[in-house]
Amino acid sequence: MNSNIRNRLLIILVLVAASVWALWPRTITIRERNPKTGEFHDTTRTRVPLKRGLDLQGGMYLALEVDDSKQAVQDKGEAIDRALKVVRNRIDEFGVSEPVVQKVGNDRIVVELPGIDDRSRAEALVQSSAFLQFQIADKTQALDKALGRLDGVVKQLGGTTLAAASKDTAKGASPLNLFSAADSGKAKNDSSKGDTNTVTATGGPFSRLIQSGQMPGEYLVAKNDVPTLQGYLDRKEVQAALPPGKALHWGSEDVSTGAASYTTLYLVDARPIITGEYLTDAKPGNDPTEGNYVSFTLNNEGGRRFRTETGKHIGDYMAIVLDDRVMGRPPVIQSAIGTRGQITMRGSGLQKTQDLALVLRAGALPVPLKIVESRTIGSSLGADSIRDGMHAGIAGVALVVLIMLFYYRFSGMLAVSALVLYVLFTMALLAGLEATLTLPGLAGLVLSVGIAVDANVLIFERIREEMVHGKTMRAAIDEGFKHAMSAIIDSNVTTVLTALVLFEVGTGPVKGFAVTLMAGIAASMVSSIFVVRTFFLLWLNRTRGAQTLSI
Amino acid sequence: MLRILHDTKIDFIRLWKVTTVVTLLFILPGLIWIAVSGYKYSIEFTGGTVMQVQFAKAPNVGDVRSTLDQAGIKGAEITQFGTDLDYLIRAQDPRAVAQQSRGAESIATEIQAALTKRFGASAFTVQRTEAVGPKVGGELKTKAIYAVLFSFLFTLAYLAWRFEWRFGVAAVIATAHDILATLAYIKYENLEISLVVVGGILTMIGYSLNDTIIIFDRVRENLRKRQKVSLYDTLNRSVNETLPRSVLTHATVFATLLALALLGGEVLRPFALVMLFGVVTGTFSSIYVAPPLLLWIERKWPRPVEGGAAATSRSRTRGGAPVTMSR
Repeated sequence: MNSNIRNRLLIILVLVAASVWALWPRTITIRERNPKTGEFHDTTRTRVPLKRGLDLQGGMYLALEVDDSKQAVQDKGEAIDRALKVVRNRIDEFGVSEPVVQKVGNDRIVVELPGIDDRSRAEALVQSSAFLQFQIADKTQALDKALGRLDGVVKQLGGTTLAAASKDTAKGASPLNLFSAADSGKAKNDSSKGDTNTVTATGGPFSRLIQSGQMPGEYLVAKNDVPTLQGYLDRKEVQAALPPGKALHWGSEDVSTGAASYTTLYLVDARPIITGEYLTDAKPGNDPTEGNYVSFTLNNEGGRRFRTETGKHIGDYMAIVLDDRVMGRPPVIQSAIGTRGQITMRGSGLQKTQDLALVLRAGALPVPLKIVESRTIGSSLGADSIRDGMHAGIAGVALVVLIMLFYYRFSGMLAVSALVLYVLFTMALLAGLEATLTLPGLAGLVLSVGIAVDANVLIFERIREEMVHGKTMRAAIDEGFKHAMSAIIDSNVTTVLTALVLFEVGTGPVKGFAVTLMAGIAASMVSSIFVVRTFFLLWLNRTRGAQTLSI
Repeated sequence: MLRILHDTKIDFIRLWKVTTVVTLLFILPGLIWIAVSGYKYSIEFTGGTVMQVQFAKAPNVGDVRSTLDQAGIKGAEITQFGTDLDYLIRAQDPRAVAQQSRGAESIATEIQAALTKRFGASAFTVQRTEAVGPKVGGELKTKAIYAVLFSFLFTLAYLAWRFEWRFGVAAVIATAHDILATLAYIKYENLEISLVVVGGILTMIGYSLNDTIIIFDRVRENLRKRQKVSLYDTLNRSVNETLPRSVLTHATVFATLLALALLGGEVLRPFALVMLFGVVTGTFSSIYVAPPLLLWIERKWPRPVEGGAAATSRSRTRGGAPVTMSR
């Protein structure tokens, strides 16, 4: 019997040591980005290896899918794999500690950014296509020549109110016209209706919104008119009437003359002289006169192309177009440019410059992504949750301890001391499984304290019954444990079964609940049964032939 | 030795008519109400946007509402969340959700912009945002239904393997009763069906089943020990014998849940409430539903005459409990 006890104590000791080791604060290395300089550096931190969920430490959760609303994507699975790589690169360079970027199912990317609660920034970082093109600004005044035609088309569409215009086309697509694919035909059909609308515009509904800028291909649009003009440009009919072989892009910078503020609009050659696929590096920089800029480097092939193309266009203006927006004012090409260039970011802050360099470096997204689910939890809310959870946990456990001590006295004390080990084991299991502790997880932990105690209640009640039957102390304890086992196992199995289902179904926080509950049950099997039994054996050994037990 | 409810001899089963009426009076109106007006679902299931905002000083709720109305955010619901500084803005209108063309988060951006415009950026902080697209919500709904079904099937399979079928059927019906009662309770409390609440229901299923199992475990044992006693008496005896354990276990679990409900914060409260009710209904059904049902089943489909012990010994206890006891 003595060696039995010794073995039991040894096992408990080993378990405790393993748990303490699993939970021992350790130093981990995190790559972090200095928010000021944008440079990476490795920092080491010492902390308990228990992962906290986003709901406890604050952060962002994003689920992304391929956005095929604008263009059809053939192989979504393949596209999402390539997108995953790009998103992962970007997130890695973003400098969040312990981010999660993973594919879920066949068509979804899940991104978790602990500690980040700047929603718009993170979303832009993940979603921006970062499609870079270099396009030559138009110098043939093609738009000016097309203005008459554009005015006509807009007039035909029904004047200044877009709603009216769209209604008209809806009518235009009457059964008669269903089979005429040509947009112009539709527009013509509508013209009789359009003419009846009295449009009192000076200089045409389209051309009066636009005035020439200071360089070839540049136009200015009053800020208030931007939505109206965009409305026109979204129309197929208007697109068809734009100068062929050219593309219109909004500029990133506003121009103000006097009180009026204008947004720039550029007409450029539709064919880019080069795209961002040849880019090998991009770095943020700062220049006293130019402001912030992103300097980039092209690979050899890209450099060669760039050199020949720019050589052909000396004296022209070159627009640097990122995601269909012209960055800065297009610079004039002084001489052939090789592998290096830069994008000036005059108006933008340092952070934006850094983010641009980052997405350029990480590469363009092969397909547009849309956010299908997003959660942001502020870090202060997370701290509140931890505090609330702790308070509830402490109060709950205190009540349980009181009940147990009050009702079972000495034996209750044994159960309560086993509870300390129970909490230790559960935490260690969570750390060992690299599970995430979430707010519902804390609830699971508190709840499983109740379940752990239930096992002891079952055992103690059995021991009492055996004592009433007049068994010796030792026999009563033995029988008590034996008889309670089947009930304990049954009740734990049913709980584990439901927890497993929850784990399968739940998202982050609820998964955390399921894991904690299961870890808690596993730990309680050890603490409530094995540990408490050992305590009893120790007690029996000390008080040989004891006739009473405080239970 | 402190004892409560020791050696009681209460005839629980005699009360089955009364308790049936009581429980039907609780469940049926709830189910009818659900059939008429349905549940309130969280945005996790319907899609939509929730934003938890903390204002620097208590705002005028009407003001917040009109600001959002003017910004064109359809049917936004504004509720106080904890203190009078914290508010929950919920945009769940199905039309608005369908229009999240630019991605699930677009409404959140609109809400924040509208509030910033009206109150200024420093007047409030966004504590939490959740935006769920309609597709994700639909998926989760299917998953949640499967979850409840599967956990039900799993426990059923376990019971079938663990107990003789009569016990299993009684336990399953008792559990079904608990689920229905909880569903009615959720309606009465007007709780929102969220993933956390579904988690509460599932945990409740496991928990209430525990109770029934523990009583049935005792019934099985008593049947083996005293084969001459009628089933009616055996059932009553078993319930009485397990009464101290039931009271004590429920007291401890109830205490932890109460702490969670009162101190655990707004997010966990619905879970704690569902579980608290689960403890009540689980206790009720394991005493007043499962044993009378078992009795009814045994009378309807009696086991072979010599079979009391034989039938139960097929499903031997795992813990190695001795089948015979020399007395």
